[in-house]
Amino acid sequence: MIKDITIGQYFPGESFIHRLDARAKLIVVFLALVEIFLCKNFLSLALIVLFAVVSVAISKISFKVVFKGMKMIYFIIVLTSVLQIFYNDSGTVLLDWWKIKITTGGIFTAVFMAIRIITLILVSSLLTYTTSPTTLTDGISRLLSPLNKIKVPVDTLAMMMTIALRFIPTLIEEIDKIMNAQKARGADLDSGNLVQRAKALVPIFIPLFVNSFRRAYELAFAMECRCYNGNNKRTRMKQMKFSWRDAVAFVVIAVMLAGIILLNYFFGAVI
Amino acid sequence: MNNDFLIRFCDVSFRYESDNETPLPLAIKNINIDIKKGEFVAILGHNGSGKSTIAKLSNAIILPETGKIFVDGMDTADENLEYEIRQKVGVVFQNPDNQIVATIVEEDVAFGPENLGIEPKEIRQRVDDALKAVGMYEYRLHEPHKLSGGQKQRVAIAGVMAMQTDCIVLDEPTAMLDPKGREEVMKSLLRLNREMGKTVILITHYMDEAVKADRVIVMNGGNVVLDGTPKEVFAHEDVIENAGLELPDSAKLALMLKKKGVNLPDGILTPDEFIEGFKFSVSGGALN
Ligand SMILES: Nc1ncnc2c1ncn2[C@@H]1O[C@H](COP(=O)(O)OP(=O)(O)OP(=O)(O)O)[C@@H](O)[C@H]1O
Ligand SMILES: [Mg+2]
Repeated sequence: MIKDITIGQYFPGESFIHRLDARAKLIVVFLALVEIFLCKNFLSLALIVLFAVVSVAISKISFKVVFKGMKMIYFIIVLTSVLQIFYNDSGTVLLDWWKIKITTGGIFTAVFMAIRIITLILVSSLLTYTTSPTTLTDGISRLLSPLNKIKVPVDTLAMMMTIALRFIPTLIEEIDKIMNAQKARGADLDSGNLVQRAKALVPIFIPLFVNSFRRAYELAFAMECRCYNGNNKRTRMKQMKFSWRDAVAFVVIAVMLAGIILLNYFFGAVI
Repeated sequence: MNNDFLIRFCDVSFRYESDNETPLPLAIKNINIDIKKGEFVAILGHNGSGKSTIAKLSNAIILPETGKIFVDGMDTADENLEYEIRQKVGVVFQNPDNQIVATIVEEDVAFGPENLGIEPKEIRQRVDDALKAVGMYEYRLHEPHKLSGGQKQRVAIAGVMAMQTDCIVLDEPTAMLDPKGREEVMKSLLRLNREMGKTVILITHYMDEAVKADRVIVMNGGNVVLDGTPKEVFAHEDVIENAGLELPDSAKLALMLKKKGVNLPDGILTPDEFIEGFKFSVSGGALN
């Protein structure tokens, strides 16, 4: 179950989206996220949804995978939408019972918010699905490299991020292993009240911490062995190069921006 | 200083730091080992005999408590030389899980050369060569955590191979491999040694691998108890057994047959030698 999380995972491929330069992809995704928040009515929202859906289609990553990856977030989506229903009381009243008042405005906002969050996740997970974490951190560190001038250790931070990403699956596997080992010894992890369950987790997290420290120690050795010392000038196997694809992506995102502003302007805001 | 030696251990002792007041016993006790350039050395020993400790000492990951270690004439205790020493001696550790840095196989193999500041094109070449040498080229775009233990092991070996150090130290690199994988890794190590002139130090529990080395060192409780050619070392059956090890299968079989009165030559270590010896003794027996 814990292994079902696909957010942050990378699916190698050769599609247009895969082959965009990581820096360009980061900027385009950032702009897309901004545009999602600029949408003020359903038409502009539809435009950005179209953009997201077409992007996923181009990336050749199956929608099944994408939506499976969102499973963990459905809860958040439902929660925000429900809150919107109760919070917003504009429009005609549909239901007024005790303290609960449901209005058309509330439902509009709820649906709008839900679509907004789903698109948000769609676009941002497409970034990690189509870019290897190392390339991604590389891209981030290149974009942030001006910060080097004010003594921010950008490369070191990028390395930390790569290692974190590298070890997340390993640690998840380890949690699974330890849980099973404890269950095999008769530990009861799934029943009891909250306090009892929290207590049952202690024997899981202690070995996890101990092992993580041992791992970190060994990894540091191995990195030193391979001549990493945090301040040498590293070269990279994969050079980053902007290509016509990146230009196309920038044009698309710019046209989208114009479209959204125009739609917002001509059809009014509902949000 | 003799320049033919790549690594010299001079009266080296080492102990790990203890978490409490009482110090731990010495893990390495006053050992002397000289490794020549271009040698293929196998290190044998029971669990806890100090083999991995030797690997860590050999490229300044840990420093001796007493004594000195020289890599190509450079003292490992000199902090300024650390980087140069590690460009000479690469170490593949026992647990592959904790040596893989990147999230894609080929990017991990590129990590070492990238640290050395090699040109991108050259890195690409080295990475491809190293991955092919360990039979993992088809897996170059996979995520390491989705590989089997043996496959991770091979990636770790490729990662050090791509650095093209003069010497490679491998700590039980074949422990997780199947027989075929073991043979492949052994072959590529032998090729590195014979064709490219690299010095190889192979820590192993497999006698049939040790037999293929130019030289075998046997550790027991932090001491070097035997050091010589495979023939010399495996002639000391008693010392080998004392060190908690066994002779290679062919040698064991030859010894057993000899005890039963079969006339076989001394120093049989490999299956081929056994067959030769056996043929000789049978034909000789027929003549008698
Ligand atoms: N990090 C450590 N802290 C304390 N003691 C250690 C540590 N690592 C190893 N030792 C001790 O040092 C001695 C030598 O260990 P070493 O790992 O070199 O053995 P080894 O020959 O590689 O064994 P194996 O065949 O199991 O890999 C052992 O007695 C071990 O208990
Ligand atoms: Mg060991």
